[in-house]
Amino acid sequence: MENAVKISVKNLNLYYGDLQALKEVNIEISENSVTALIGPSGCGKSTFLKTLNRMNDLIPNTKITGEVLLDGNDIYAGDCDVIELRKNIGMVFQKPNPFPMSVFDNVAYGPRVHGERNKRALQETVERSLKAAALWDEVKDRLSKPALGLSGGQQQRLCIARVLAVQPEVVLMDEPTSSLDPISTGKIEDLMDELKKKYTIIIVTHNMQQAARISERTAFFLLGDLIEEGDTIDIFKTPRDKRTEDYITGRFG
Amino acid sequence: MKQGTARWRMNDKVIRSLLFVCAAISVVAVLLITVMIFVEAFPALKETGVWDFIAGTKWKPTDTPPQFGILPMIVGSVYVTGLALLFGLPIGMATSIFMAEIAPPKVAVVLRRAIEILAGIPSVVYGFFGLMMVVPIVQTLGGTGMSVLTASIILAVMILPTIVSVSEAALRAVPAEYKEGSLALGASHWQTIVRVQVPAAKSGILAATVLGIGRAVGETMAVILVAGNIPVIPESILKAVRTMTVNIVLEMGYVQPGSLHYSALFATGAVLFVFIMLLNFSIRALTKTRGEKQKNAKKH
Amino acid sequence: MQRSTRKKAVQGVAFSFLWIGAIITIVVLLVIVGYILYQGVPGLSWEFLTQSPKAGGKEGGILPMLVNTIFLVIASLAIAIPVGVLSAVFLAEYAKQGRIVRLIRSAAENLAGIPSIIFGLFGFIFFGKILGLGWSLLNGALTAAIVVLPTIMRTSEEALLAVPQSYREGSLSLGATRWQTVTRVVLPAASPGILAGLMLSMGRIVGETAALIFTLGSADRIAQSLMDSARPLSVHLYILAHEGISTPKAFSTATVLIILVLILNLTAAFLVSRANKNRKTKG
Repeated sequence: MENAVKISVKNLNLYYGDLQALKEVNIEISENSVTALIGPSGCGKSTFLKTLNRMNDLIPNTKITGEVLLDGNDIYAGDCDVIELRKNIGMVFQKPNPFPMSVFDNVAYGPRVHGERNKRALQETVERSLKAAALWDEVKDRLSKPALGLSGGQQQRLCIARVLAVQPEVVLMDEPTSSLDPISTGKIEDLMDELKKKYTIIIVTHNMQQAARISERTAFFLLGDLIEEGDTIDIFKTPRDKRTEDYITGRFG
Repeated sequence: MKQGTARWRMNDKVIRSLLFVCAAISVVAVLLITVMIFVEAFPALKETGVWDFIAGTKWKPTDTPPQFGILPMIVGSVYVTGLALLFGLPIGMATSIFMAEIAPPKVAVVLRRAIEILAGIPSVVYGFFGLMMVVPIVQTLGGTGMSVLTASIILAVMILPTIVSVSEAALRAVPAEYKEGSLALGASHWQTIVRVQVPAAKSGILAATVLGIGRAVGETMAVILVAGNIPVIPESILKAVRTMTVNIVLEMGYVQPGSLHYSALFATGAVLFVFIMLLNFSIRALTKTRGEKQKNAKKH
Repeated sequence: MQRSTRKKAVQGVAFSFLWIGAIITIVVLLVIVGYILYQGVPGLSWEFLTQSPKAGGKEGGILPMLVNTIFLVIASLAIAIPVGVLSAVFLAEYAKQGRIVRLIRSAAENLAGIPSIIFGLFGFIFFGKILGLGWSLLNGALTAAIVVLPTIMRTSEEALLAVPQSYREGSLSLGATRWQTVTRVVLPAASPGILAGLMLSMGRIVGETAALIFTLGSADRIAQSLMDSARPLSVHLYILAHEGISTPKAFSTATVLIILVLILNLTAAFLVSRANKNRKTKG
């Protein structure tokens, strides 16, 4: 592996009340790559994704043990700044969730809450982010229109632009194309190929082909266990674990 | 079998009509109330002229000739309502945001109970409390203590439950995705509340405010006990004030039915009624646009 | 890093203001209820509850007002419950969504927004003068019934709409008529919610004053018939306070009012939470 390690997860356990949702997860995620998390519903892959930017803090009665190191610093250490963390680790949700504001204000939201007031700087950031999200040409004439008026695929790319506008290092994607049509999905997959040059991307997907198409590394989760993790080609061609093989060949899930 | 079905159809029709009659009673009531108030108000409005009635500054019903100008009462209602909002809105907003966003669940339950109890206390009890407790305190600032200030303090408390419960519901109705999206971008919880959640709940919060205004403008028994009730535009918030509602109750007791004075009291009621109806329509417009927006949001 | 420290400081300050707002709300409630009870409870006695007032209320008790209030509640609910609940059944179970339903709903919403004093004027002129009821228990009950009608309609309709559709389907599939389904399945299932609405309405009637002064009148003895003028507790408190007759008696009357309203509201809250719990376990 030629790339440096960006995130390193050690002995991570997560409990919702009495239910253990993640069991002793160990994984290393390298910089400027796409890592796909796959597995049947309820296997813990989305939960795992949320532990990486501490969005699981929002769910009451969760308990976490173990370490998640971002550039060598534990994000669950007492002195970790959650706000700074989420600035560095952006997240794209399953369902597009633009705010009920204009297209421009959606993208400018992040920079604004982080203190950017300069109008020119905001305009530049918005344009750059929309271009990076391959949306600029479609919305450049309607920046002041409500974002909720965009199509589903456009909304999702807007949400990606919104994340890029705060210049994160890592982008988490929770089944970002599951509610989109094939054409929009294709656009977003092309976009990911482009984005991985600058960002570290971790994506949860239900879609085997998608994982195979876009990712360098793949991790397979089952019932809270990380069963197997490795180069995508190896996982799909020669899985080491029987359960991985069963899942990939569609024998359960 | 066929006959049975036919009878069933008959019964269903009869029942349906009966239910419809019941439901129509609210419509009839609103119409009757409107007609009655305006019919009784007509003689005074005709005699004085609508404009002079509304813009006249002298209320001297027992002079010869009598003068019926209710501007002091209109201004009085506006003063006490405005000041009540000034006190009640910040506290109400703070409480509703607190309950919807940051209160531990148990604390939120206690608060909700408290709000329900506040809403249930009779207005005459509020007025009596104001008379016994707030009037003496305001007195120390100068004047008799029966004043614009006293009335608005009591009204502020009385509109609190309306403002809190309606805005809390509006805040809770904001989709969780907005909050997640904002937090995931590294916004603080407070930034998320101010920049995303409150704006998204805007129309509901506005409706809460308008409902509060309606309650304050229409309140009678609480105000009458603490406002001093002099029909003159007050020069300061420590001076006595008479609202439209108070004007009616105060003089209705001794007025000669059928007289011009009597009609002038109904005309005061008519002005109040028009005001309340305008508020009702604006609430309807507010909640309607909100409903439509949410529908549109769902479509995409 | 610095940015987010500031963000947190701002948030800390803002959240303390929210806490303060909420605390003010609780404190205001405690002060009002506490002060009235503190001043009023010492004057409460068996005699106070069971004697008639003497010297215009300066001496004696509140028995007639208490009884009149109970009469008023019974009489106005006897009118408002059938009309309100049946209206709700019409809106929730029978009516097709359309112009008529919208008209009825908007009328009910308008009614809910009309101030008590307007109802008072209306009752005075329509029931009192035109229908010739004068100042009487019947007039007060009719007026109070209109006051609480929107509340009963809204709470009943909400309770009906919360009944799972599967209940109706189950009953209809067994060959029951729509009316049978409504009366035997839907209304019983919705009854806790409807009852909660009734409790709230009772509270409102007990506390209502401005709509009653010109309709119910202020005779301080027990009403002998529906056509008798009858002073309720709320109007009694107003007269005691406004005319400065007796502060201690006023406090004790206010205490009785608060206790009555508290009991009614807490029962309503209990019914609502029980209805919600039932819904959860069933749904």
